Amino acid sequence: MKLLTEHTILEWLESVKDPEVPVLSILDLGIVRKVELINDPINPFWEITITPTYSGCPAMDVISTQIRMILFANGISNFRIKQVLSPAWTTDWMSDAGREKLKAYGIAPPQYSASGKDNSKVVCPNCGSADTTVISEFGSTACKALYRCENCLEPFDYFKCH
Amino acid sequence: MDHLHNYLLHLADNALILGHRNSEWCGHGPVLEQDIALTNISLDLLGQARYFYQYAASRAGAGVTEDSLAYLRDTREFKNFLVLELPDSDWGFTVLRQYLFSQYQYLLYEKLVDASDQEIAAIAEKSLKEVAYHVRWSKEWVIRLGDGTTESRKKMIASWNILKDYVGEFFIASDEEKMLTESNMAVDPVTLREKWISLVNPVFEEATLEFRLQKWTQQGGRQGMHTEHLGYLLAEMQYMQRTYPGMEW
Repeated sequence: MKLLTEHTILEWLESVKDPEVPVLSILDLGIVRKVELINDPINPFWEITITPTYSGCPAMDVISTQIRMILFANGISNFRIKQVLSPAWTTDWMSDAGREKLKAYGIAPPQYSASGKDNSKVVCPNCGSADTTVISEFGSTACKALYRCENCLEPFDYFKCH
Repeated sequence: MDHLHNYLLHLADNALILGHRNSEWCGHGPVLEQDIALTNISLDLLGQARYFYQYAASRAGAGVTEDSLAYLRDTREFKNFLVLELPDSDWGFTVLRQYLFSQYQYLLYEKLVDASDQEIAAIAEKSLKEVAYHVRWSKEWVIRLGDGTTESRKKMIASWNILKDYVGEFFIASDEEKMLTESNMAVDPVTLREKWISLVNPVFEEATLEFRLQKWTQQGGRQGMHTEHLGYLLAEMQYMQRTYPGMEW
């Protein structure tokens, strides 16, 4: 029997997608902070540490359930899902692959470091123009804002820096 | 119950009650984008309330859950600021209250990030980023409407005339706050007053509104002495759990 490693579990978790942005896995988003085998002498178990994106994000409950299901489906029942709040989630943790996937999906990825100043131009994911205008600070989900491209005139979602 | 429990409920109730008030706009916002913006803010507040309730419930033990704290307490047990339970008269009132409270909440969380209680510090750190967004959004609306049309300006002045009697409650330290501040688990709100005024003042100026924080203020929310409006709010919010106790989705 193949020995179960942290790496294998991470591979499984890669298939868990954000229900509201289904091109991104929870690894792309930086929601999974750690996968660790806790060597409890009586009852060793895997600890999956996750952190919420936004406080009220309804996707978090779905994500926890999906993690549970994928582990059960792979015959793992000795695990715990631990939620941590600190350090607070930031879009800086989003992987480069995640950013590319977002762009291909038509959502402008976060375009600068969340810790930096937030006045650089958001680039249109459709035509690449930087001539864009914010329509609303809040978009269809907590993590997005609504923009319009002045060049190709398409409206688009922008994944906010956070 | 102990001081920390009361303090956690105060922080949670503030977020829950304003979140609920804002959620009443769902489907009624002036334009779709702003309807969505306000419900997003409600969601953030609800999430923050849940963290504080969950923490309070974990300390309280025996049968206390985040749900029992939100749905099974009566008006006299709620500890939110009075201003947050006031019914919305119009959009101007909603955005002005949001701005005044978010600006206060921002200064509070900024300090709570360094609280000696790690759980409170973590919740504050998480929430601070969201509140920064609420401040930015509501501030723009205050300026737009205050310095807007004759009608919008009139409504903003009328809103401030109501709100000015309540916002002073932000800066009155409760007994538990005084106790907890000693061990750096809470922030003495008196210390936030000057900073708050210095941030709100220029925004009012830009909005061409007159800002003067009077000494006298309505108060009592933290002691459970509420306006008549909270009962109606809770009646709607708690209806399901009161009618079908223990019901789940």
